[in-house]
Amino acid sequence: MAATPKEPVQFTGAGPLNAPISGVLTWVDQRFPLMSLWRDHLSQYYAPKNFNFWYFFGGLAMLVLVIQIVTGIFLVMHYKPSAAEAFASVEYIMRDVPMGWFIRYMHSTGASAFFVVIYLHMFRGLMYGSYRQPRELIWIFGMLIYLCLMAEAFFGYLLPWGQMSFWGAQVIINLFDALPLIGPDLSTWIRGDFVISDATLNRFFAFHVIALPLVLLGLVAAHIMALHEVGSNNPDGVEIKKHKDAQGRPLDGIPFHPYYTVKDMVGVVVFLFLFFMVVFFAPEMGGYFLEYNNFIPADPLKTPAHIAPVWYFTPYYSILRAITEDFMLVLAIGVAAYVVLIWLTVRSERVKYAAFAIGLALIFLMKGPAFTVLGVTFPIEAKVWGVAMMGAATLIFFLLPWLDRSPVKSIRYKGPLSKAALSIFVITFLVLGYYGVQVVTPMGTIISQIGTLIYFAFFLLMPWYSAMDKTKPEPDRVTM
Amino acid sequence: MSEKETDQGKRQFLVAATTVAGGVAAGAAAVPFVASMLPSERAKAAGAPVEVDLTTLAPGERVTVEWQGKPVWIVRRTKEMLETIRANDGNVADPQSKKKMQPAYATNEMRAIKDEYLVVVGICTHLGCSPVGKFAKQAEAFDPNWQGGFYCPCHGSLFDLAGRVYKNRPAPDNLVVPPHKYLSDTRIVIGEDSKGA
Repeated sequence: MAATPKEPVQFTGAGPLNAPISGVLTWVDQRFPLMSLWRDHLSQYYAPKNFNFWYFFGGLAMLVLVIQIVTGIFLVMHYKPSAAEAFASVEYIMRDVPMGWFIRYMHSTGASAFFVVIYLHMFRGLMYGSYRQPRELIWIFGMLIYLCLMAEAFFGYLLPWGQMSFWGAQVIINLFDALPLIGPDLSTWIRGDFVISDATLNRFFAFHVIALPLVLLGLVAAHIMALHEVGSNNPDGVEIKKHKDAQGRPLDGIPFHPYYTVKDMVGVVVFLFLFFMVVFFAPEMGGYFLEYNNFIPADPLKTPAHIAPVWYFTPYYSILRAITEDFMLVLAIGVAAYVVLIWLTVRSERVKYAAFAIGLALIFLMKGPAFTVLGVTFPIEAKVWGVAMMGAATLIFFLLPWLDRSPVKSIRYKGPLSKAALSIFVITFLVLGYYGVQVVTPMGTIISQIGTLIYFAFFLLMPWYSAMDKTKPEPDRVTM
Repeated sequence: MSEKETDQGKRQFLVAATTVAGGVAAGAAAVPFVASMLPSERAKAAGAPVEVDLTTLAPGERVTVEWQGKPVWIVRRTKEMLETIRANDGNVADPQSKKKMQPAYATNEMRAIKDEYLVVVGICTHLGCSPVGKFAKQAEAFDPNWQGGFYCPCHGSLFDLAGRVYKNRPAPDNLVVPPHKYLSDTRIVIGEDSKGA
């Protein structure tokens, strides 16, 4: 070993124990990058000093992840992943396992809390332009975490093997069935059977407790590594790295530890107050966190009279339900109008022709004359479009870094158009979510269809309204 | 270190060849894992035909039996119900049952071997919920002119008493008529027909 030994670690603050602690830390640090990790990610990671309320939610998401993993481990000790025993084993946890009810309610409340925190975290990103260059990859990793979380929630929801577990899974797996050509084989492969059965439950258990948590942890690590590579955004959307002191530290930055670790503790305490109020006093949350029909064992012969997904999926569920046959014409007109918009306003010939070709193909697939090729019937049925639109609604978030053409990042300096667009989008998201839990009515369908159009317009029209908006000048330094 | 110059062409070729070989091996290694998720032999063997006795089924009523893990409905249709179906052609998407959602022997107006008995898989062709029987002719929240049939609570698809899907609903197809045959006037077997399906 020719490497020069690292400087010994000097630990202060533990009085008479300083010397032995310093000794241990030095021993470890010479064999593992302990101190450099500590410095790079905590004590010398400079975060903007103007973080506000909205910056609690990233840390809280990590906290909820820990809650889910820890409670999950202890639930697995008593849960039986078999169709014959699953429902009873959950009731056994609730009634007979000491403190079992508590651990399970923490886990079930944690699932909803995860989405509350993540949606607020994403809204923060939307407000302050946290997805903009150079933070595109942070945003993409974040969106992958969001998708992974949705899958995790979906797989986990089958495990209690109640009526909503069964029929929810039935509907979602049948979404794949709608895909042309490979659909039926794909859904059979996912189920491992021709119907949802013991095989399906068993594999969902494997995904829920092993596969997805591993992916999730990897993505969280990537999300944070990308964040710490470029540094955090802030409510002003200006780069703190532009102004540094003589030591190369951002003038508007403060070390994450101790400043934000201490600040986050306040957020954690407030969050845990609310979290445990739900766990102790309203774990079912009026049927929104734990649906009443899920207290009935799965019955493959009878769908509950009213089924709706858990609240965090409902905006997308509304979009799925909004796509009916007569709405396809509206969608086709929408595509045509979008192509015209691109044709009239974009200078690049390549973009023009590409938009025209893609638009034409889409309209053709939507409303062309019916014919069959290789077992796929064209035009593709409304059901397939419903699935496609639902998928597109989640995936379109990925494009955000390239859709926003505003010269400023933060909503503070954006103009009225962007502010209105974001407000309308949030309201639309909530309205779609509301109709997603309601019984289908003609009025609800029309509102969901309008909501679907607004949802996509927010993204697809962003290159225009964000560029033409009247922005205010960004400050040079952050404001407090 | 060798003094000789590196043969870059050879190195690139070897890197490419190793990558391709490694990729093929990785792809091949995935095969057993992907295959293990297919339905097992036990799952494939399940789903034997089911025999149903219809003697106790009153006119206008329905019985649900399980076949291959799916609900199969048998509705004994009254004369009025059959009349309603005949008058309902305008409301449904595929009144002539042109799409192959039924065996040839049930490709007729009533989608049945015998008009009296409707035999369908009670799974909505949209996303697989089991619709609810709403046999009475009365105004419903989902349709003020409801003629009687099935309502899917999940996404609002409607089917008439021949299992034909209403126009402009999420479900694209009529309900599936499973292979079935009559052993006698009141005994039926589901999952097997005269051709030995």
